[in-house]
Amino acid sequence: MFEVIFLQFLNGLDKGAAYALIALGLTLVFGTLGVVNFAHGALFMLGAFCAVLFRQLLTLETVTVDPTKLSPWGAPLEVREPLVQAWFGDFGAVLVNYSVPASIIITIPIMLLVGIGLERGIIKHFYKRPHAEQILVTFGLAIVAQELIKSFFGPNPIPQPMPSDLRGAADIGAFLGMQANVITYPIWRLVYFLFSFAIIAGVFAFLQFTTFGMVVRAGMADRETVGLLGINIDRRFTIMFGLAAVVAGMAGVMYTPILPPNYHIGMDFLVLSFVVVVVGGMGSLPGAVAAGFLLGILQSFASMTQVKSLIPGIDQIIIYLVAVVILLVLPRGLFGRRGVMES
Amino acid sequence: MTLLKRGLSRRRVLQTGMAGIIGTGVSPLIFSKGAWAQEFCNNPTGDTVTFGLNLPLTGAYAEEGADEQKAYELAVQHLNGEGDGGLINVLTPTALKGNGVLGKKVAFVTSDSQTKADVARAGATRMIERDGAIMVTGGSSSAEAIAVQGLCQEMGVIFMAGLTHSNDTTGKDKRRYGFRHFFNAYQSGIGLAPAIVDAYGADRRAYHLTADYTWGWTQEESMKAATEGLGWQTVEAVRTPLGAADFSQYLTPVLNSGADVLILNHYGNDMVNSLTQAVQFGMRDRQANGKDFQIVVPLFSELMAKGAGANIKGIFGTSNWHWNLQDPGTVAFTKSFGAAYGAPPSQAAHTAYVQALLYADAVERAGTFYPPEVIKALEGFEFDGMGNGPTLYRAEDHQCIKNVLVVQGNDAPTSEYDVLNIVKEIPRDAVAYDPTIFGGDLGPAEPVPMC
Repeated sequence: MFEVIFLQFLNGLDKGAAYALIALGLTLVFGTLGVVNFAHGALFMLGAFCAVLFRQLLTLETVTVDPTKLSPWGAPLEVREPLVQAWFGDFGAVLVNYSVPASIIITIPIMLLVGIGLERGIIKHFYKRPHAEQILVTFGLAIVAQELIKSFFGPNPIPQPMPSDLRGAADIGAFLGMQANVITYPIWRLVYFLFSFAIIAGVFAFLQFTTFGMVVRAGMADRETVGLLGINIDRRFTIMFGLAAVVAGMAGVMYTPILPPNYHIGMDFLVLSFVVVVVGGMGSLPGAVAAGFLLGILQSFASMTQVKSLIPGIDQIIIYLVAVVILLVLPRGLFGRRGVMES
Repeated sequence: MTLLKRGLSRRRVLQTGMAGIIGTGVSPLIFSKGAWAQEFCNNPTGDTVTFGLNLPLTGAYAEEGADEQKAYELAVQHLNGEGDGGLINVLTPTALKGNGVLGKKVAFVTSDSQTKADVARAGATRMIERDGAIMVTGGSSSAEAIAVQGLCQEMGVIFMAGLTHSNDTTGKDKRRYGFRHFFNAYQSGIGLAPAIVDAYGADRRAYHLTADYTWGWTQEESMKAATEGLGWQTVEAVRTPLGAADFSQYLTPVLNSGADVLILNHYGNDMVNSLTQAVQFGMRDRQANGKDFQIVVPLFSELMAKGAGANIKGIFGTSNWHWNLQDPGTVAFTKSFGAAYGAPPSQAAHTAYVQALLYADAVERAGTFYPPEVIKALEGFEFDGMGNGPTLYRAEDHQCIKNVLVVQGNDAPTSEYDVLNIVKEIPRDAVAYDPTIFGGDLGPAEPVPMC
């Protein structure tokens, strides 16, 4: 039984890390700009498609048709030669193998530009408008992004292979000195967990230990006073929006080997990440992280057959059930502050 | 009474009523024998006839939907005498002439069902009411098929189901206006169980993960019954939501459950995701109960196998049809489809194409689009040449009875399409069953006069 509980706990941490990472960017935008960003799921999706694009570029092929031969289904035979391997040899093969983590190189600048462009181009015009209008405009943006991706990449999921060295499962039980082959867990999911942990820690460290972060935190607490001190807080908040987009994008990139991305992947996570943010407390970064892990772990345990036999279907409603209970007991969420989204 | 008092006598009312009836032109239909019976939903009056294609172009079964659409377009071309004629040349017997259907050119309208039953039903309604579809076809989910076939029964429009595998489609939810060419979960179970017991032994403990809707339930039930009948035990059967995406919380309990076989009653993207994630969990490298852990996928498709990549190698399942068969029908269809789209057809494409042709052929044989006559032409129709060997459209439940394929993921594929090997072709007599075991009632054939 211990193995079962340990594995579900590990799975909960893994799921929670993904939820926390996505919710972190969302709450970062809300905490700094006060914008309820329904396009955040779309940023996650755009990040995932950066990985797809990068791999498609790396696997470009020259296609020549051999009219003398036919394929078994009667079409002229196509002879394909991968370009990157032809140009770069073994290094090209390694690059293709590690295309998912390597695509972060292009994801960071692309998502930074997307984030800043979005904020400067559209969202800044909605700062002083009601939250309902912010939700409408960002939701509209999300739909536009979805349709663009659908028209370029099609509606079907595009599998992204993980690096060959990181496939399969790690024997964690044996590593901890227990019986071998009892507690095993996918290596890539462990990588994703560590990656999420590093990004979350990085964001907190950035806000806590840099001058830029200090100014942003001051701006979050009292925007007007910081402005009166002669600091251009708007510019910093714009950069924070870009940073949130980068975080969402990187979360999307690293998730692609777990779940082949399609144009709808962002919407699938959007509702969940909002529940995480609300449970954690609107605008609270520690709240988003804590709620992400809490809901991930609860969802994992609710899927155990022992639990499901007691309460059938609990695995599908646990997150919303817990959210309702927490909001009834703590209306501002776990770490919510007085005055946020309150008239 | 008040009206009568004011001078409206019974005679006056009758006179006015008769005048109205004659005036609106209904009288010829009443007085001409049989004419009323020919007034049915979307009776084509022009020089074209419209098929309604209800396809899941987005959602969990989007790949199947896209392939079905290609197949329908090809079928329409062939019916209209364009292209190489495809399976029209090999279907026996056939009344098709390659000049449309009853001399009318075939056109089509499409609707994206999003792999959702309610959207599928709304799309079918729109195609019948707005676009005048004489027949609705398509779908890649049993929930969709059952919803649409119920609607078609109500509206008096024939539904030629696409990819639907639940026992319920031609079982408890069967309808007079619904016809299924695809095989079903029961046939998968009785076809596949002997093959996997041969391969993995009779002393096995199975864990089922099941898509939580009609197809998943009947697939699980059929696989449990068939494998338990041959000595296997079922450790657990867990339901997972359709389109769950991340199955990790359902996979972790499998690891230490005492099971040595995982049966994935999933299809489409769910299948790709659950299988890929199960492999990531190291299940194909595990040992349990002193045996190699195995994964079984009762219903395979080539598109799914392609999406799952190398994870599919060596895994057993069943298929309705495969492009690699060597009968004249399969060769002809694969050649037509390959020439048009540069890739071999999937089983979803095959069943879609065949259904379009079978409907058109039934209309030609009936000599009318009048649904009760077309239904009569399809019920009990025995045919060959469509790639599945001799096939019977059973009158009792509208289920096609034909051979079933046991397939296995190809260990050494020669192309991205060469992903499945045919292990065995189970003859149709071995997968035939008593049509009453799943209950249900076909209902009446009398059509709704106007939809």
